[in-house]
Parts: sequence; C-alpha cells; structure tokens
Amino acid sequence: MCGEVCVFVEVLRGEVKDITYTMLAAGRQLAAGLKTKLTALLIGRDVQKLVAQLGAADRVVCVEHADLAEFNPDAYLHVLIAVFEQHAPRLVMFGHTATGTDLACGVAHRLHWPVATACRTFSLGNGTVQCSSLTCGGKLIANGPLPEPSCVVTVMPGGYKAKDGQVHKTPAVETVSAPGLDQVRTRFKQYLEPPVGDVDITKQRILVSVGRGIQNKDNLALAEKLAAALGGVVSGSRPVIDQAWLPTTRLVGKSGKQVKPKLYLAIGISGAPEHLEGVPEAELMLAINTDPKAPIFDVAQYGATCNALELMPLLTENLKK
Amino acid sequence: MSVATSYEFLDKVIRATPDGEKIRKCLQCGTCSGICPYGFAMDYPPRSLIAALRADDFHGVLESDTIWLCVSCFACASVCPAKIPLTRGLLATLKTEMLVGGSIPQELQAALGNSRRYGNALGESPKKRAEWTKDFTVPVPVLSAHKEPVEVLWFVGDYASYHPRAQQASRALAKLLFVLDVDFGILGPEESSDGDTQAFTGEWGLFELLARKNIQAMSKYQFKEIITGDPHAYNAFKHEYPRLGFDRPVKHHTQYLAEHSERIHALLQNRGPRRVTYHDPCYLGRANDNNIYEEPRQLLRAIPGLELVEMSHNRAQSICCGGGGGGMWLDGYSWEKAHTRTSEWRVKEAVAVGADVLAVACPYETPRFEDAVKSTGNEGKLAVKDVAELLVESMFG
Amino acid sequence: MDIVVLIKFVPDLVEDLEIDTATGLLDRNFLRLMPNELDEHALEQAIILKERHGGRVTVLALDTGDVDEALYTAVAKGADRVIKILGDGFDRGLGNRRIAAILRRAVGDVRFDLILTGTQAVDDLDGFVGALLAADLGLPYVGYVTQVVAADGRVVARKEYPGGLNAEIEVNGPAVLGIQAAERAPRYVVTSKVMEAMKSAKIEELTVDEVSVENELAVSSMALPESGTHAEMIEGNVQQVAQKLAVLLKERGVLA
Repeated sequence: MCGEVCVFVEVLRGEVKDITYTMLAAGRQLAAGLKTKLTALLIGRDVQKLVAQLGAADRVVCVEHADLAEFNPDAYLHVLIAVFEQHAPRLVMFGHTATGTDLACGVAHRLHWPVATACRTFSLGNGTVQCSSLTCGGKLIANGPLPEPSCVVTVMPGGYKAKDGQVHKTPAVETVSAPGLDQVRTRFKQYLEPPVGDVDITKQRILVSVGRGIQNKDNLALAEKLAAALGGVVSGSRPVIDQAWLPTTRLVGKSGKQVKPKLYLAIGISGAPEHLEGVPEAELMLAINTDPKAPIFDVAQYGATCNALELMPLLTENLKK
Repeated sequence: MSVATSYEFLDKVIRATPDGEKIRKCLQCGTCSGICPYGFAMDYPPRSLIAALRADDFHGVLESDTIWLCVSCFACASVCPAKIPLTRGLLATLKTEMLVGGSIPQELQAALGNSRRYGNALGESPKKRAEWTKDFTVPVPVLSAHKEPVEVLWFVGDYASYHPRAQQASRALAKLLFVLDVDFGILGPEESSDGDTQAFTGEWGLFELLARKNIQAMSKYQFKEIITGDPHAYNAFKHEYPRLGFDRPVKHHTQYLAEHSERIHALLQNRGPRRVTYHDPCYLGRANDNNIYEEPRQLLRAIPGLELVEMSHNRAQSICCGGGGGGMWLDGYSWEKAHTRTSEWRVKEAVAVGADVLAVACPYETPRFEDAVKSTGNEGKLAVKDVAELLVESMFG
Repeated sequence: MDIVVLIKFVPDLVEDLEIDTATGLLDRNFLRLMPNELDEHALEQAIILKERHGGRVTVLALDTGDVDEALYTAVAKGADRVIKILGDGFDRGLGNRRIAAILRRAVGDVRFDLILTGTQAVDDLDGFVGALLAADLGLPYVGYVTQVVAADGRVVARKEYPGGLNAEIEVNGPAVLGIQAAERAPRYVVTSKVMEAMKSAKIEELTVDEVSVENELAVSSMALPESGTHAEMIEGNVQQVAQKLAVLLKERGVLA
C-alpha cells in the first residue's frame, strides 16, 4: 500500500455508506494523477460480501475479526495503526462522519502524519496534492497542500458524485489479520433504534424544509399546508428538531437523513454545511431567507429574500389556482 | 443566592421598589387578576400569587412556569387599590427567582443571550446597528463620526435599528427631524439595547450591564436632551438610568414632535379621508404613570382628512400588544399556554370602531399588530402605522 | 467523577468574514470570537455529571483574547476551577494540532476521569481538538456523543449516527469524549450570578510556551464562496414572489 491512495470504507450495519463512493470517486482521480493505486480498506466481520461494491478501487484490503463487527472506535484505531505501520499510503481518506472523525486524528498522531479535515475537492499540480475545504459554517473556503510523504484527510460529500465511485468490477482482495485487540479500551454495546412510524423523508419527491427562520412551532402549520398543496412533506434542519417542533425522523442533514428529492424548498434555512450534507443533490432547490448572504443561496437554483411566514400562505393559495 | 422560603421572597419583593411595603396591604380584591390579559391562563395570577406567598407556598409558585405569560403591561399595578408595585416589585422579582433557579423558556434564553453577547435581543451584528441609515436620502449623523455637540441625541433602540418593519418608522422619524431642521445624532454601533424589557424578564443584572454600556457611550457626547421612538427606552431613561447616575431629559418622539406642532401643521396636507384609531403603548401611558396620552392624539388630529376615533380600551385601559416583559421573545410559549394573543384582541377592537388605520408609537407594535391583522383575517382592511409614518405620509404623500 | 472541559474560541459567524488581502487568509482584525457552541454543550454535560455523581469540573481555555467572561460564566454554572492558558501568538489563530499540544501541557497533573469537549468546531481545518488531545495523551476517543452514563466505575457514551440511530459505546478508564449535544440545552445563567462569580472566583493563569508541534498544516489561501453559482433571485413584493414561484414550479413540471 506504500504511496497509494487509501480509502477507509465506511460501513454502517452492513451497508456501505454513500460517502465511501464519494471518496472512491475522488480517490480514483488522485490515484490516476499520482500514478499510483487506489486501495479500499475494509474493516469488520463478514464483510467480504461488500467487496463487489468497491470496484472503483484497484484492490481491497480486508481485516476481519469478531470484535470489529460494529464500529468500535478504539478497536478500529488499533487495526488502522497496525496496517499503516506496515505500509504508509500517500493519502488516507476518511469520511467526515461520526465514524471517520473518530479515527482520522488518532491515525495522524500515531503515524506522525498531518491531517486535513472537511475537504470537499482535491487537485493535483506540480506533483503536489491540494485540497479545498469549506469551513466556518460554509462562509469560508480554505485551500492548502497535503504534505508528503503521507497525509490523512476527512472528506465531506458534495465535491464528487457518488455514482462516479461505483464501478462494476470486482477488485482484488488482500486479507490481513487483525492485530491483538485485548488492549482495546472501548466496546460496542448495542444500537438504539430510531423512532418508527413516521414518514420516510428519503422517499419523498417533494420536501418543504424549515429552519430557524420559522421562529416558532405554530408557523409549522403554514409549511404543512404548503407541503400538502405541493404533494410533499415537511422536513427540517437541526434547530427545528432540537426544539422538538419536528421529530428526528424529519431531520435533513449530517445527523439526519440524506434526501434526493425532485423539489427541495428551504424555508428560513441558512445553509450550513451540516444541513447541506443532507441534501447534496436535489433536482430543484428553492430557498427563502431574509438574509441575502445566506450560504443556501450558493446552492439553491432560485431564491427570494421575502418574509417566509408571509410567503408560504400566499404560495399555497397561488398553487391551488 | 436561590430563595428558600416565602418569607425570604417577600422580603426581596419589598426591597425591590421604594413602595414595596405596600404588598402587605393586599386586600385580595382580585382586581389585578381580573384585569390581567393572561390572568386566565396563569397558575398564579397576581392575587393568587400573593395568597400563595402568605400561605407559605413559595415552592408551589416556583414549580409553575406561567409567570412567563406576564407581559409586564402594568395593568395590574395601575388598578390596584392599595397601589402595590405589582409589575416591577412582585412579578419581575418572581421572574428573577425563576432565572436564578434555572427555569427559562428556550426562546427567551436566546434573546437574553443575544442581548448579552451582541447588545441586542435579535442577535444581529452590533457593527450593523446603523445600516438602516445607509442608502437613505436623509442624512442621519452618527455621533462617533459627527464629532460636534448636538441638541438632540436620538436613542433608536434594538427593533427600530434592526427589524425591517420598524426600520421604516425610523426612516420616517429621520425625515421628520430633517424637515424640522433638528440638530440631532444617533449612537449607531455604540448603542446597546436600553435593557428595559430585559429587566422585566427578571434580568436586572443584564439591564445594568447594558445600561452602563449606554451610559458610557452617551457620556462621551454633548447633547441637551434624548428623544426616542421606543417607549421602553423612554421608561428606562426616565426611571431606571437615574439610579445608575445618568439623569438627562428624555422625551418620546411624539412628545418632542408635539412641541413643534406649528411647524408640522404647516407642512401637513390632506391626502384623503382616513379613519384612524390610536393604540396607547403601555410604557408610554400607565407604566410608572408616564401618562403620555394626549401628544400623539394632538399630532394625529392635526392631519387634515384624518378622523380620530377611540377604541373601547384606551389611554390607561389600553390593551397590551403582548410584547413587553419578554413577550416579544415568548410567542411560541404564550401561544401554547393561552391559545390567544392580546394583539389579536386589540386588532379586533380597532376593526370594531371602523378604523382603517391602527396608529402606534412603539417599535414592538407595528410587527405584532401586522401579524395579528393577518391572523385575524383582516388583511387589507386595517393598516398599522407609526405616528411618524402617518405624519410623513401626510407631508410627502 | 472529575472532568476536564476544553473550550475553544472560534469566529462568531454573525459577523461577516473577510479576507486579509495582505496574507490571503481570514482577516482576524475585526473578528468577533465566541466560545465554540459544542464546547458549551460539553460544559453543560460536565455539570450534569457533576450534579449526578459529584466530583470536580475544571475548564481550560487558551487566551485568544476576551475569554474571561466565558470562564466566569462557567464558574457560575458550577465549574470548580477555570484555567486561562497564556502564550505567544494565541490571537493569530492557531491550528488544532498546536492547540492540542498546548492543552496537553496545560492539563499537566490535573486529575480527571473524563475530558469533554465539542466533537468539532466551526473553524476546524486540521483535525479536532478532542481527538488530537486524546491521541497525544494516549487515551481512547469517542465522538458525536449525546449522552454520558456513568455506573459501577464504567462510562457508557451514546454515540449519534445519521437518521436517528444511536449506539452505546462502553469506555474503560480515562477517556476523551467529543460532545455533539449535551443531554439538555446549555443552561442559562442569570447575569447577577456571573457578576458574583467575577467578584468571588479566581481565574488561574498558566503560561505555556515553547511547545514543539509536528505536522502543522499550512493553509495557502482562503476565499469567500463564489457567488458565481448564486441562486437566481426572484424579485418583487411577497405577492409577486408567490405568483412567480407558483408559475416556476408548474413550468418545471414538479407538481405532476
């Protein structure tokens, strides 16, 4: 794996997460440009069956052990350190997720490598690798080099299309045995299931999504009427869920669901990256926010700065005509 | 610092205001609870609150959170036959105890946190406090740049500076001052919230912090008097800032403009008939016996074509718009508890007297009443305008 | 249960961010700084644990300018010790690698069962303070934590995954936890209590200099997001916007 581009495959409950494909898409480009190989690093138990989905990689390095069945931060870190101490890749890519962010810094520190986080895109020039990160609530872009010989990154979605990381090809597989895990200090106990019985927003074609701008729970009714008129459903950003105006099943964003609707109406949502992660690809996004500088306007195709509370009922009326 | 007993709390109430002792004279007549706009939804409206304290049931009081329905409108204090300072002494002190005990609705917490961090309850950048003056035909001098003494320091206030609807009234007032050739200036980014409403949420410490910042800023400049379009700021400058060593003449904008009646009258034109009713802001009128009722009416009656009519609750009986005492920042909470809004009640009264304009004189009122116009289905039937806006419309069309 | 809480001051995004044309980086001259929101959650979680299990809460913050109020507020909330770390160039804006190294030195011999800090901060570019410090101290790290339960000498952290899924992770021995949300929203402290703390409490000062840090990341340039891909703004009053939007949606066949 020396000098290669290595993608840590993010798996949750037996499913390869989309961020993995985003990283593979980015990784393919980088590997080609650096004239090296793309390796996918797959850790878990009974994960060989996922290898077929990782065709974008030249090969998959597989580490399996009973204690690695579900994500266990300290155990996974032990494995990664053991693997990388043997072979130092040029780049190690983790998803900027609850899983990836538990691991990236530990790897970087132990291996004495730099780490760059929240990267969205990468570029090559003069033999150097550069990354571009979106920071400060989406209000600032930072660019910088990823130093040699090795560098760790965490990757945010949005810079590459997941489908570009999905290739129908079965990569070569190399199995590596797990190191001793008796010194591991964390232990996965159990999952706590999310609440059931509500609408699945990931299956909705039309979403009317509300943020802090709706000001209070009452005004949700306006959004609900608009959603009904559109044949859609109401979803929300983190502040709305935190205030319990909507259940967690309606949360769009990094900690919530990723949605790909035909129409996404963002009402009173500023457009912080954590939210936008939840809607990386909507066919049509409209944003209503009184702040003309809100980052959401850099993502939406259409926008207006009028008062959402006034607009919603009027739009509902107009749609019924 | 938290209070353990009814006795200790009553002691705090007595020490909170000069006439605090009067609480001992409560007859339990119930006039206060009767007139309170949210009394019906409170676990302990004022009378019951005093009864509970006398029965040594302070813990019962603290377990209820309905004190947050109190909009500090001074209705109870103004009708109390024993003249107990209920609003400032009893109710605000109870809110302080709730805060000390950690009980505070989330919405309100955000407004108070913003006031502390940004000097305004809306959480806007303090640097942008004078943005409303940009791209505007009338020059509005900011004192830090103006560097000359002025006759009048215009204290603008949070909502009048940042809220899009209230900014319109600010521009109207600026136009009037310009047309009257008034030598004035504003503090701009050096201005912080007057702190009065925060005080009535129980946050007297925050009030003092904000007041001291304002005093420090104002002390740098030379001016003869302060004017403000915000009755809450008026109330603070008149009654609370002097305690902190800052005692300067202050006028509400309607008082100030009324002094220039002759010049104003000469400029007013008949723009068509209008039936207007005037809403008396709590803090201009019955709060602390400020009793400014006639000057706004004087100004309105001078507008040719304007017919002034009175709502059934006027002057000292005016019905609060619901914005005081933290109400501005507790809309979700109040609605959940009471399922009614005093602002909607007020709008219905205005419609009932056949008004086509509801005239106001406080920056909280324009947005609150406009929302109520919509939620009562009176859109297009009743307009809401600040007195300054009506004067400007009459002068310039 | 003794807990250390780390608070980092980050740019307040209420203000506009600007690029310093001289350096090509964020102009820090007129930046307003505020405590990282998730660090406030970490403090809240620490106080909740103290209320449940007793013990001491120690708060550490680098002196990036004007941190005193936050530290006194921490005392008013229930923190036992607050330590302001002094050093050169803290106001320049330090990378997390360096911050972690400084904190490592500052933690020194403070006794702790847990270190809590926000799982991330808005200005993170080179890792996360909690995770880096954990690695430096050789401690286990769990991030995205929304609940901490301590029983029988063990700590179980609830870790948040997308879509409302949570996992319970048991942690052995002292550890660093990255807090995503406290069990309750950070409490409000009435101003008079903070004023009281300012009079009665003492902020300890600790100078940390000459920290060697390897693998600091260099930022070559910063930029404000382009308005090139800006939304097409629909003009007019609310009525007009509503009409235009309705037409737009129908034209796009979205309502079929």
